[in-house]
Amino acid sequence: MEFVSPEGLRLDGRRPMEMRQIRAEIGAVSSADGSAVFEMGNTKVIAAVYGPREVQNRGQQLNDQALVRCEYSMANFSVGDRARRPKGDRRSIEISLVIRQTMEACILTHLMPRSQIDIFVQVLQADGGTRSACINAATLALADAGIPMRDLVTSCSAGYLNSTPLLDLNYVEDSAGGPDVTVGILPKLDKVTLLQMDAKLPKETFEDVMELAIQGCKAVAQYIREVSPQNFIFLASVSQLSVI
Amino acid sequence: MRELRVGLNQTQKVRLQSALKQLEELSSRVSNSSTASVTVADTIPVNLEDGVLKGHGTTDHNGEVVATLCGVVERVNKLVYVRTLRARYKPEIGDIIVGRVIEVAPKQWRLEINFSQDAVLMLSSMNLPDGIQRRRTAVDELNMRSIFEENNVICAEVRGFQHDGSLHLQARSQKYGKLERGQLLTVPPYLVKRRKQHFHHLEQYGVDLILGCNGFIWVGEHIEANEDEMMQEKAFTPFVTRRNICLIANAVRVLSVLGFNLSLEVIIDTVEASSSSNLDIKDMLGAEFCVQTAEREVQRRTTLIKKKG
Repeated sequence: MEFVSPEGLRLDGRRPMEMRQIRAEIGAVSSADGSAVFEMGNTKVIAAVYGPREVQNRGQQLNDQALVRCEYSMANFSVGDRARRPKGDRRSIEISLVIRQTMEACILTHLMPRSQIDIFVQVLQADGGTRSACINAATLALADAGIPMRDLVTSCSAGYLNSTPLLDLNYVEDSAGGPDVTVGILPKLDKVTLLQMDAKLPKETFEDVMELAIQGCKAVAQYIREVSPQNFIFLASVSQLSVI
Repeated sequence: MRELRVGLNQTQKVRLQSALKQLEELSSRVSNSSTASVTVADTIPVNLEDGVLKGHGTTDHNGEVVATLCGVVERVNKLVYVRTLRARYKPEIGDIIVGRVIEVAPKQWRLEINFSQDAVLMLSSMNLPDGIQRRRTAVDELNMRSIFEENNVICAEVRGFQHDGSLHLQARSQKYGKLERGQLLTVPPYLVKRRKQHFHHLEQYGVDLILGCNGFIWVGEHIEANEDEMMQEKAFTPFVTRRNICLIANAVRVLSVLGFNLSLEVIIDTVEASSSSNLDIKDMLGAEFCVQTAEREVQRRTTLIKKKG
């Protein structure tokens, strides 16, 4: 199948190095400590953070750091066929683990000993790149909850189809079976916290694809940094001075 | 604005936005550093030659001071720290807090107070109902449920951190203890400033208002400190008082949705505004009153600034 037309356009009309439109919104769940909605094109993910709070299972309590837990789920209506999925299938367990490890790497857990942070992410619309969207949403939700972090982790995926590196694969491109590289970075510290790949790639090509994904992450980071302060400048200035 | 997006019509939206805009302008005029708001991983500009003490919410990265939180940069002499909004409560010794009992454990109650752990109220750090100072016996321990049960709302003071890191409370006075016949409201803790007075008796309404530093706010029927026996006989709260409780509770709700700091004056002001415009209590949560409250706050701050010079 042809994923890049001779004119250099992809199936959804993007250029190979073009991302989908992203949109983020902070504070979507009023009862949570922090929450965010993140959209990448038609992929839409909601994340809610509860905590730091008392550890529910005393046996898991850590005396020098916070316990981070993550639960990933897909809404029944998020994909084309409305099939009932069992809750703890292997795919969602794996993604929960990936998100947890990525977030744990950037949260300063040692500042909140004997407590627990719960991250819940749910996919509302799945159109490829859910993993990246979940990580971006979780970052924003954690920042909203006022949890200290080293950096805002951002994530983006890239693939290689028709011998062209493609940024931010959508569902059709994702299910083509080509290599799919998901990268998560700490933009300020310039470090990689997540790197996953399905299928194989030659070494030289892999570097190109990864570089492209990192560029994507940086673009997401720039957007997130624009969104998150707006919310806070506003809160600060409104509350601040009733005691002038 | 978080919970407020729905329910505003177009004119109300415009009015609210302009009011909030004015508030932002006012605050920038007073503090001249309102732009000192940072996100995670933002570099905080400091003059390194003066020597800098890095406080909460900051770390060092290649010799720069970098924020680890979203919030407002505060500077006190050499100390630079980031104050978060919308985070959980950070206890300080002597804070007055309102909490809910979630567990009766041996010799202690465990309370939910919106902190990262549960707080502990020891049986030995509170006055017994009979008011006698003595050692707590095994009988007292067995009778702990007669003092506080699960899900009771109580008011106490932060005693301090124990060496194992747990947070201890104390309730060694008549004013602390079980709260009954009222409403508990939860607001973000940054809206409650630490003051001399957190217990308020609103005489004209017959209502007690407790502004807990942890963002738990109690609005309940007024109870005289030393009339225990009489209170027990009185089995119900008069209708007028119940109305007043709802009135004040709704005022607090409106203010917290708008994100205004909660102080007694502002709450009373809001209550009076609603009763002078003959508003039903339930309509206080409507969009129109919300917008009016924002506009009133603008006026109040403008006059305050004028008075100051």
